[in-house]
Amino acid sequence: MSIVATDLSRAVEDAAAHLYVWALKDIPQDLRDALAAARERETSTTGKRVLETITRNVEIADDQSNLVCQDTGIAVYYCRVGEDFPLHPARIYKALKAGTERATVDHPLRSNTVHTLTRENTGQNVGFRVPIVHWDFVPDWDGLDVKCVPKGSGSENMSFLKMCVPADGVRGIKEFVLDSIVGAGGKPCPPGIVGVGIGGSADYAMHLAKEAIARPVGTRNPDPEVAKLEEELYELLNETGVGPMGLGGDVTVLSCHVEHADTHMTLNPVAVNYQCWAARRASAHVAADGSTSYDREA
Amino acid sequence: MATHEVTFPVADPEEILKLRAGDEVVVQGHIIGIRDRTQIRIFDQGIEPPMDLSGAFLLHTAPGVRKLGPGRYEKVCIGTTTSARMVRFTEGLGEQYGVRAICGKGGFPDDAIEPMQRLGMVYFAIVGGAAALETTQIEEIEEVAWEELMPECLWKFRVKDFGPLTVGIDAHGNSLYRDVQERARKKLEDIYARL
Repeated sequence: MSIVATDLSRAVEDAAAHLYVWALKDIPQDLRDALAAARERETSTTGKRVLETITRNVEIADDQSNLVCQDTGIAVYYCRVGEDFPLHPARIYKALKAGTERATVDHPLRSNTVHTLTRENTGQNVGFRVPIVHWDFVPDWDGLDVKCVPKGSGSENMSFLKMCVPADGVRGIKEFVLDSIVGAGGKPCPPGIVGVGIGGSADYAMHLAKEAIARPVGTRNPDPEVAKLEEELYELLNETGVGPMGLGGDVTVLSCHVEHADTHMTLNPVAVNYQCWAARRASAHVAADGSTSYDREA
Repeated sequence: MATHEVTFPVADPEEILKLRAGDEVVVQGHIIGIRDRTQIRIFDQGIEPPMDLSGAFLLHTAPGVRKLGPGRYEKVCIGTTTSARMVRFTEGLGEQYGVRAICGKGGFPDDAIEPMQRLGMVYFAIVGGAAALETTQIEEIEEVAWEELMPECLWKFRVKDFGPLTVGIDAHGNSLYRDVQERARKKLEDIYARL
């Protein structure tokens, strides 16, 4: 590698190491606001107790610089790479992996990554195809944006896919989302963000659902039809009464985000990916010269 | 809904029987950390746990820790995992080992209700994800067994004011989770009729 590439690799590695720990400790302001609003709105005794405990927990994590949740998750990164960014994605991946490993060893963070058949722990939150990185390429730009979304297993285990048929229509989509979230009950640590991916193909619908949970809480899809569906699902999901931690109450979800793609005329896929209340994310921008700035709110 | 303070391990079954679904509980004393692989070893591989579990409070956890020396660890971040995956061990824990309380997040499915009633056990719901708080309530890691299962070892913690917990399933056949599901399913019928 050239000297420029070596320095940039180091900058991306540093960014990943910082983002992973930062995301785990300091949750974004939009999430703090949504949790505070939930506490105001909740009327059940157990629901209030849960939401008050969550608030206390976030304050303690701030005061003691501790992790909000012990589940350090599986490290997921979303990268937007400018076409003129001077480091190839193959090198970006290596740097993200090295940063994840370094953060895990230095902090130390609990390591969750295991071989999927032997279940042997790989030790540093990295492994074969882990961390998971999603790529987006941007023309006429020389920068790199990295968003780290450590994804806990309690909520990831509550992921659902249904290949609805066109005749099921939008109604089929709504019913599947509602059914999935009621069935999940308290397991994914509600109230959280329900991510829904519709259209595309089976795998792409789930990818979109995951992208949806990584958005700031309460943001709306730019397509008005999709935004309307987000609003409607949010209202209906909160009518179910599942409540905080599934113990019953008014607040079942903080938000519902939908992402869509055009699809085949015979397909109507719907995917649900849940994000627990500890919706951790943190972003960095790495410029072509290696200078890095951080953004908790992106 | 009452508020209780209970010290574990418990010797008197009445300590468990007085708890009702929905009650708030704060726990003192000692609790045992346990997880998927720990219980697979006990029940599926038939290996006796090297800790006394009678009257015990089990916590579904795999703590984040820092190693200090052989068999010695300090806490970094200790929180609680989803319980539902481990429901099939409930009866064995109560019947063979005398466990009195299981604490986790997200609840147990209805299969746990009957054995918990028969064996005088409760399920405590903790607030999942609230690990920063939970860590402050764990005073010390006193003992660890089966370190090769790290972090899914058998842990013994000394706790102070551990909670607040909610009795999710009591020893009288009541389950908040079953009630919430029944109400939500009825509600879904209304919603679907409106769509």
